[in-house]
Amino acid sequence: MQLVLEKRAERSNTIALVSPLIAIGLTIVTMTILFAILGKNPLLALQAYFIAPLTDSYSLQEIAVKATPLVMIAIGLSLCYLANVWNIGAEGQFLIGAVAGSWIAVKTQGTDAGAWVLPAMFVLAAAAGALYALIPAICKVKFGASEILTSLMLVYVADLFLDYLVRGPWRDPQGFNFPTTAEFDPVATVPLLIEGGRLHLGSIIALLVVAAAAILLGRTIKGFEIRVVGAAPRAARFGGFNSNQLILLTFAISGALAGLAGIIEVAGPVGHLQPGISPGYGFTAIIVAFLGRLNPIGILIAGLFLALTFIGGEQAQIAMKIPLDVTKVFQGILLFYVLACDSLILYRFKLVFPNRQVARGTG
Amino acid sequence: MELVEAIILSVLAASTPLLIAATGELVTERSGVLNLGVEGMMIVGAACGFGGAWLTGSIFIGALFGIVAGTLMSLVFALMALGLAVNQVATGLALTILGVGLSGLIGARFVGERITPAAHLHIPGLTDIPLIGRILFGEDAFVYFSLALIIGVWWFLYRTRAGLILRACGDNHVSAHALGYPVLKIRMLAVMFGGACAGLAGAYLPLAYTPFFIPGMTAGRGWIALALVVFASWRPGRLVIGAYLFGAVTILQLHAQGWGVGIPSQFMSALPYLATVIVLVLLSRARTGGSTAPAALGTVFVPDR
Repeated sequence: MQLVLEKRAERSNTIALVSPLIAIGLTIVTMTILFAILGKNPLLALQAYFIAPLTDSYSLQEIAVKATPLVMIAIGLSLCYLANVWNIGAEGQFLIGAVAGSWIAVKTQGTDAGAWVLPAMFVLAAAAGALYALIPAICKVKFGASEILTSLMLVYVADLFLDYLVRGPWRDPQGFNFPTTAEFDPVATVPLLIEGGRLHLGSIIALLVVAAAAILLGRTIKGFEIRVVGAAPRAARFGGFNSNQLILLTFAISGALAGLAGIIEVAGPVGHLQPGISPGYGFTAIIVAFLGRLNPIGILIAGLFLALTFIGGEQAQIAMKIPLDVTKVFQGILLFYVLACDSLILYRFKLVFPNRQVARGTG
Repeated sequence: MELVEAIILSVLAASTPLLIAATGELVTERSGVLNLGVEGMMIVGAACGFGGAWLTGSIFIGALFGIVAGTLMSLVFALMALGLAVNQVATGLALTILGVGLSGLIGARFVGERITPAAHLHIPGLTDIPLIGRILFGEDAFVYFSLALIIGVWWFLYRTRAGLILRACGDNHVSAHALGYPVLKIRMLAVMFGGACAGLAGAYLPLAYTPFFIPGMTAGRGWIALALVVFASWRPGRLVIGAYLFGAVTILQLHAQGWGVGIPSQFMSALPYLATVIVLVLLSRARTGGSTAPAALGTVFVPDR
């Protein structure tokens, strides 16, 4: 008996729609087994993961806060992936954006700088993220170096650079030697949407990014070019599209969004620059992009769902002592199932019983 | 002179995991499969390898645990990328994300534990020769094994019929299939070999390099191993040179930090990663006359029936 793939005559739209749901269902089944292996009550654990965070206002706001960077980064990544180039260094672009924006916050600290500070931080962070993403893009376009490896290597470099800054020149003199900058001034902080709550302006920006991406991809020539270059490179060449230029463009946009997400995280929920500002947003966003089927609205929903797993993971750790790494395992398994189910869009799975009389070739 | 000897010894130790992991990936890629999950397979190999050695007290069993863990991880990849024809880049990334989580889960109970690291060879007389004695006759078993492995892989790829068939699958899977070779089966075996090597390379870290396990201890070595395969133009001989060069960069930056060179330690730590980027750019640029990569690398193959 053998599993064989049979190409469908055309892609199945029904399966394209339900495949993320099948994937989530399969992941939850797998997690149930994993919880049982860990000796935890699976039902209670699932409840802590997926239901409990939805039951109080604080957690709901926290989900939106966590979804903000995930959605912003994933939107950028989806443009790259649609164009069939692989930016996997969003984590580094996120950190460099956070560093660049923080520079203004640190330099204006304690001065009477006005309301221009926060917008300036945003602009600088987006520019820095875009430039940092352009390094692998230029290496690819000019020299043909694999963007996968170069963009990933730059994550480690960005991480070390941030570490140097907060342990060296930018360390808070009153910080008891902790590796962190001083708390940002109010003018350098992302305003809250609800007084005393968690929800901040960044979530609105993320929604605007989703809308902009939907328009770019659905209503503009550039968006069409990005999709054609990725799906049919030969057709794109005949159409006269400049694929190198599109590679640079998609990397720059995705770097800018990751950088912006970085400064929003630092000037928002965190409030100062320190190592470990990201629990791997740049990598989780890859899952968000795929789970959302590289579609802006899909990414918004997927971002909220993965944010739920972050919050649920924290709550399950507090309530049931389930290790935080379970969240990462969950995310990894989810991505596997998403990819496997996506295969169903193009192929039909068939079990066949090979006929023994058929010659197996020359061997 | 003592210092030179110490540096060479530590370069060999730092290079060995890179060499083992890259050797496995070289075979995988030569069969036409790009498995980006090396980092994930390595880190699970590290956690399982340490666990095996800690539970049994045997480095050898620890190494076996690492190999089995890496192979199992690679089977997940094979099922997805070969069985279900899923995009290899995305599957490799998923494998790394899963591996990081799994290793944290498996390794959590071993954090803070210590084991006796792998013993070094000692041949009375030979090992005591000044300068070269310890370098040639005083390494741990992994170092010798890694060199035997790469020689074996060279011999297999270029001197056996099976190696020729494997390379044929990597260069043109349609022709290989038409000739009657089971492309997917060959690729699966190549992927499993890559997984076994990555698992062993990961296990080397807590079994011989440092005698304890810390989460995330592979620190990007799996990715550097991937870059090494590109650096080596998919050829075993150049892989050895590349692995030792990268080991040297890692060790030199550590020593430079110790000598108190006036450069912040973080900048020195970034060197191996920056070196990878620079090497990739220089090499890709030198190869304007056409790529040396296996022609079918990373492409999906679904046999028509």
